[in-house]
Amino acid sequence: MADTTELSRAQIRRMKRFDNPWRNPKLIWGAGLILGIVFMGILGRLLWDMELVFTGSAPLKLPPVGFENLRGQAGVAAHPIGTDGAGRDLLSLIIIGAPNSLLVGLLASCIGMSIGIFLGFSAGFLKGRVDDTIRILADVMITIPPLLILVVFQASFGDVSLTMMAVLIACFMWQSPTRLIRAQVLSMRESGYVQMARLSGASTMHIMFREMMPNLVPYLFGSFIANVTTSIVTAVGLEVLGLGPQRIPTLGRTIYEAINSGALIQNLWWWWGIPTILLAVMFVGLLLINLGLDEVSNPRLRKL
Amino acid sequence: MGRIPMDYLLNRLVTLFLTVWIAATLIWIIPRLSPVDPAEIMLGRMAAGAGTVANADEILATLRARFGLDDPLLVQYVKYIRNVVVFDFGLSTASFPTEVSALIARALPWTLGLMLISITITFFIGNLLGALMVWERSPKLVRVAIPAAMVFTSIPPILSALLLMWVFSAQLRWFPLTGAYGLFVEPGWTWAFAQSVIYHGFLPALSIVVVTFGFWALGMRGLMITVQGEDYTTLAKAKGLRPRYILYKYMIRNAILPQITAFALKIGLLIAGQVLVERIFAYNGMGKLLYDAILDQDFPVIQGVSYVIILMTALSVFIVDLIYPLIDPRIRHGD
Repeated sequence: MADTTELSRAQIRRMKRFDNPWRNPKLIWGAGLILGIVFMGILGRLLWDMELVFTGSAPLKLPPVGFENLRGQAGVAAHPIGTDGAGRDLLSLIIIGAPNSLLVGLLASCIGMSIGIFLGFSAGFLKGRVDDTIRILADVMITIPPLLILVVFQASFGDVSLTMMAVLIACFMWQSPTRLIRAQVLSMRESGYVQMARLSGASTMHIMFREMMPNLVPYLFGSFIANVTTSIVTAVGLEVLGLGPQRIPTLGRTIYEAINSGALIQNLWWWWGIPTILLAVMFVGLLLINLGLDEVSNPRLRKL
Repeated sequence: MGRIPMDYLLNRLVTLFLTVWIAATLIWIIPRLSPVDPAEIMLGRMAAGAGTVANADEILATLRARFGLDDPLLVQYVKYIRNVVVFDFGLSTASFPTEVSALIARALPWTLGLMLISITITFFIGNLLGALMVWERSPKLVRVAIPAAMVFTSIPPILSALLLMWVFSAQLRWFPLTGAYGLFVEPGWTWAFAQSVIYHGFLPALSIVVVTFGFWALGMRGLMITVQGEDYTTLAKAKGLRPRYILYKYMIRNAILPQITAFALKIGLLIAGQVLVERIFAYNGMGKLLYDAILDQDFPVIQGVSYVIILMTALSVFIVDLIYPLIDPRIRHGD
C-alpha cells in the first residue's frame, strides 16, 4: 500500500492550510446547482417572453433546436428547447415551473422546521406528559406517508394553490426535526455548560437559543435540506398523479401532461425529459449540500 | 438472540394502533370537510354517460341514503371505523357494483411482490457497496465509481422510471411499456406466466433499485468507518485473519444491524415512490388503482387504497421494530 504513505500534493496542501470546513467542494457544487436554478428563474423572467407560457401561444410539439420531430419539423430559435402538446414554450414553462417546485420545498420545510423547533424544545424542556404526547405523536406521524393523505385531501378539494400545497406538505415535515431536537435537548440538558448557565441564573429562553441552538445548527441544516428534498418529491408525486395546482405551471404537472399524451411513445423526449432532468439536477444539488454539511459537522467523514 | 421486553412490545403496539387509527380518521374527516358531494359526482357521471338524468333529485337522495351520507356524523364515523377494521370500504363508484376490497385484493399482491423484490435487492447491493467503499482492499475503481453513482440517490424513483422506460421500452424496445404481465398469457402457476411477470417487472424494480441503493450504501459507509476503527477489527488484523473473513465476519456483521432500523424511517417514502413507479409503468398494482381512482374521482377506492398502503407501512415499521432487538442484543430498550 504505497499510495497511502506518499501523500499527493493536494493532500499536503490541504493539511497545511487552516482547515476551513465550509470550503467543502460538495457543499459548493450543491449550492451552485440550486442557485443556478434560482438564477434561471430570475433571469428568465427578465430576458424571456413570459407570455409564451399560455396554451396555444406557440406551435405544438416542436423539438429543441437541432432536432427534428416525427412530423419532420425542425426546432426553431424562437423556442430553443421545444414546445409541448398544448403549444406552450418549454423554456418559459421551466423558468416558471422550476423555481415553483423549489419554493414549495423550501416553504414546506421552513414551516415544518419551525413547528419542529417549537415542539422539540417543548418536549425536551417540559418533560412529563407534554413530552410523552409529542414523542408519541411524532412517532406516529413519521410512519404515515404524506403522499397518501395528501392524495385524499386534494382529490376531495380539487384545485389548490402553490402555497396551500406547501402548507399541506408541511403538516408532515415536522416529525423528524422534532425527534432530532428533542433527543439533542435531552442530552444537552445534563451537559456542563447548560448546568453552568442555569446556575448563573440564565433564563430558559437564553439557554434554549444562546446555549443550545448553536450546537444544533449543523443537525438542523441537514434535517432541513433532507426535508426540502422530501417535500419536493411529495409535491412532484402529487403533480404526476394529476393533483396539485392545476393552473400554475409546475415541473411535475408538465411531466404528467407529457405522459398522458403518450410523449414517451411519440418520442417527444424534450417534453418530459427537460423537466425530469431539471428535477434531477435539483435533487442532486440538494443531496450534495446535505453530504457537504454532513462532512462539515462530522469531520470523520472528511477525506484527507 | 435477544428478547423482546413486554413494555417495549406494548409501546410498539400502541404506536401501531395509533398510527392506523389516526390515518383512518384523517382519511374519513378530510373528504367531509370538502364542499364536494360524492353523490353529485356519481350523478354527474350518469349524466355524462346518458345525456340527461330523469328524477335527478330522487336519485341523489337514494344515493345519499345508500352511502349513509344522511346519518349523523358520529354514526357515520363509528360505522366507518367498524367497516375499516374488516377492510370493508364500500362499493367503488366508478366501476359501481364492485367492492373496493375486491379491487384492492387484486392489486395488492403485485405491489407487495414488487416491493419485496426491489427492497431486498437494493438492501443487499447498497450495503455491500457501502462496505466496499470503506474496505481498504477494494479495487480503486470501486472506491471511485460508487461515490459517483451515489449522485442518483436523491432522485425519486419516478424520474428514474421515466428515463429507463424511455431508453429500454420506447427506444430500444427491450422491455414492455405497460402492464405486469403479457396480454396473451394466462395467469397461473406456469413457467410462461412467471417469465412474463419477471419480464414486465424488471424495469419497475430496476428503477427503484438504481435510486435507492445509495441510501443504504451511504448509511453503511458511515457505520463501516466506525467499525473500522474498533479494537476488535485491529485485533482481527493482528491475528492475521484473512482480510475477506474480517470484512464479512467482523466488519459487515457489526455494521449492518443498525441499517435495519433505517427501514423504519425509509419505508413510507419507498412505498410512496413505488406507487408512483407503478403509475408510470401502468403496473397492475395499488399505484395504478389509485391513479385510475383519482381520474374517476372514485372516493371509496382512493380512501381504501390510501388506508391499505398506510396500514402496510405501519405494519412494516412494527415488524422491523420487533425484529431488531431479536437480532441485535446490544440494544437495550426502555430508554
